[in-house]
Amino acid sequence: MTSAEPAEKLLSPVLSASWDDHRPWTLETYRRHGGYDGLTAALAMAPDDVIALVKDAGLRGRGGAGFPTGMKWQFIPQNDGKPHYLVVNADESEPGTCKDIPLLFANPHSLIEGMVIASYAIRCEHAFVYLRGEVVPVLRRLQAAVAEAYEAGYLGKDIQGSGINLDITVHAGAGAYICGEETALLDSLEGRRGQPRLRPPFPAIAGLYACPTVVNNVESIASVPPILARGKDWFKSLGTEKSPGFTLYSLSGHVTNPGQYEAPLGITLRQLLEISGGVRAGHRLKFWTPGGSSTPMFTDEHLDVPLDYEGVGAAGSMLGTKALQVFDETTCVVRAVTRWTEFYAHESCGKCTPCREGTYWLVQLLKRIESGQGEPGDLEKLLDIADNINGKSFCALGDGAASPIVSSLQHFRAEYEQHLNEHRCPFDPAASTVWADRAPVHESATEREVHA
Amino acid sequence: MSSTELGLPALPAKPYPPEVASRLAADARELISRYPQSRSALLPLLHLVQAEDGCVTPTGIRFCAEQLDLTTAEVTAVATFYTMYRRRPAGEYHVGVCTNTLCAVLGGDQIFEELSEHLGIANNRTTEDGSVSIERIECNAACDYAPVVMVNWEFFDNQTPQSAKQLVDQLRAGQEVSPTRGAKLCSFKETSRILAGFADGRPGANDESGAGGAPSLAGLRLAKGEALPGAPGTKVVSPRHEGTEA
Repeated sequence: MTSAEPAEKLLSPVLSASWDDHRPWTLETYRRHGGYDGLTAALAMAPDDVIALVKDAGLRGRGGAGFPTGMKWQFIPQNDGKPHYLVVNADESEPGTCKDIPLLFANPHSLIEGMVIASYAIRCEHAFVYLRGEVVPVLRRLQAAVAEAYEAGYLGKDIQGSGINLDITVHAGAGAYICGEETALLDSLEGRRGQPRLRPPFPAIAGLYACPTVVNNVESIASVPPILARGKDWFKSLGTEKSPGFTLYSLSGHVTNPGQYEAPLGITLRQLLEISGGVRAGHRLKFWTPGGSSTPMFTDEHLDVPLDYEGVGAAGSMLGTKALQVFDETTCVVRAVTRWTEFYAHESCGKCTPCREGTYWLVQLLKRIESGQGEPGDLEKLLDIADNINGKSFCALGDGAASPIVSSLQHFRAEYEQHLNEHRCPFDPAASTVWADRAPVHESATEREVHA
Repeated sequence: MSSTELGLPALPAKPYPPEVASRLAADARELISRYPQSRSALLPLLHLVQAEDGCVTPTGIRFCAEQLDLTTAEVTAVATFYTMYRRRPAGEYHVGVCTNTLCAVLGGDQIFEELSEHLGIANNRTTEDGSVSIERIECNAACDYAPVVMVNWEFFDNQTPQSAKQLVDQLRAGQEVSPTRGAKLCSFKETSRILAGFADGRPGANDESGAGGAPSLAGLRLAKGEALPGAPGTKVVSPRHEGTEA
């Protein structure tokens, strides 16, 4: 390993800067950190100028696809006589992804301020947060923060004397990964089964209630206030030319210190591991995902890939949600991929045949391979089914389901073959657990103290 | 999930008793008023009837349909799509063990197996006394705290088989339990009411448990020049063993 730069130089906490302060979820603490200054700056500008600023800053979507945020806003037709809507996608459910939930738990006001700015820019008077339902602590904080913002005049009628109005409705989902897909989210928000819609028309033209709608990820919107407060040049001074700015990298799995690491775009996993204590002691990296389970997996050959939109793309995967799930050599890749595939089969909405049927059959094949019952030709069949899902499904869930299969077979085909040839899984799942390397403890009371 | 019963189609569901219906109707009006179109309130209304019954019953479905001028078939189609709406009553404490890949590999599979054996119930079942139900859940956006267990959708981070068994024992013994992230546990029905969109009325509930545990603050600490455990620099306890209090 090369000698690392000091962590202070590699990291750039902006969204997470106030998280260690006293009660950072309150308006009082947020204001002390410059909260709502970005809104003041925005309200002094024309709405179109706000859109231009965010576009020029180069902010790209942080929810996976990386579409330029300002451009999404610009697509909203103006003076069309229809209501416009802003819908924030807080349905964070992609396996491995865990950035928006800690962000909203620690500082929900950063999202609310961004929503007011975005709504002003696109001329929207009613915005929604679609939060996944399974995170009640976050829902509680979000509901309280919205109430606080109304009380302080950042929401409601005539916001800060500007003459503009905005209502925010916090909406809890009910457990469906597919609702993270923006058009399925809109159907769900309309009180229907969450199934993706045919596009075009895109949400910018016919979104919520068939009106022009912007759907943005939590982190994208929360990144807007600092741009307004500190300017586009500051934002572009971070990150790379085509992927400017800062972002939350979520490190998890077999690492010494899992957690949120906010850094300029373009940092590498090697750098993140070097400053954070590396892979857990006594083990080595086997495979990892750059942006959740739907992004093709990487190996130790990819430690120096710049984690920005272009860098990860050029290396054959996607930046996705920057969910860096790290697995060491104790992990059976077939087991990992089987479990992800079961997830996609469970979450497939059933609307289109390739995904609904394909994910079902992938699970059957993978389960029998993992348990040592695989037959010759199974690997080819896996790839064939994956190919019939990828790019041929109604939405990206199908593509995501194919990703771990195709990429794991590319990097670890020998391990699949070992399952077939030896008629068993050569790995011990107990060795992968967090407690595998801890000294054996027989006294349960002692154990409790250790983990209390 | 449930066995198919052949025979005559089910009779129309009974309505709620008048006093329940009028109380819930007032709540429903409040929820519906938050949306430009009433049907958008369907998911909140399903959480609301679940807060009343502990699951979504035919009576609850009938109630939702009446409030929104939908058919019971339309409401049923929606209710059965989402996994959080239960078709049989949850325990007072609904325990979800994440067994998606990352948590499973880090120990979630073992936690679920031992918990299931300890309680003597299978996935999606409830103990006979109605206190605890268990479910294998999908990724709950807390991978940096793996393995994760949720109780009534509050976070219990960095669990082990022992800590999870101890947790359900405490719940069954009626002891007060606080999550690592979230507020002191309330019942499944009370939680469902928060999900419907009614704020948690308990004083101080919103302020419990700090801003996040060590993983949430790991990058910030590094950026401020502090050393992380096991990283170059000082040696302290690993965040996996540290409390979550910020």
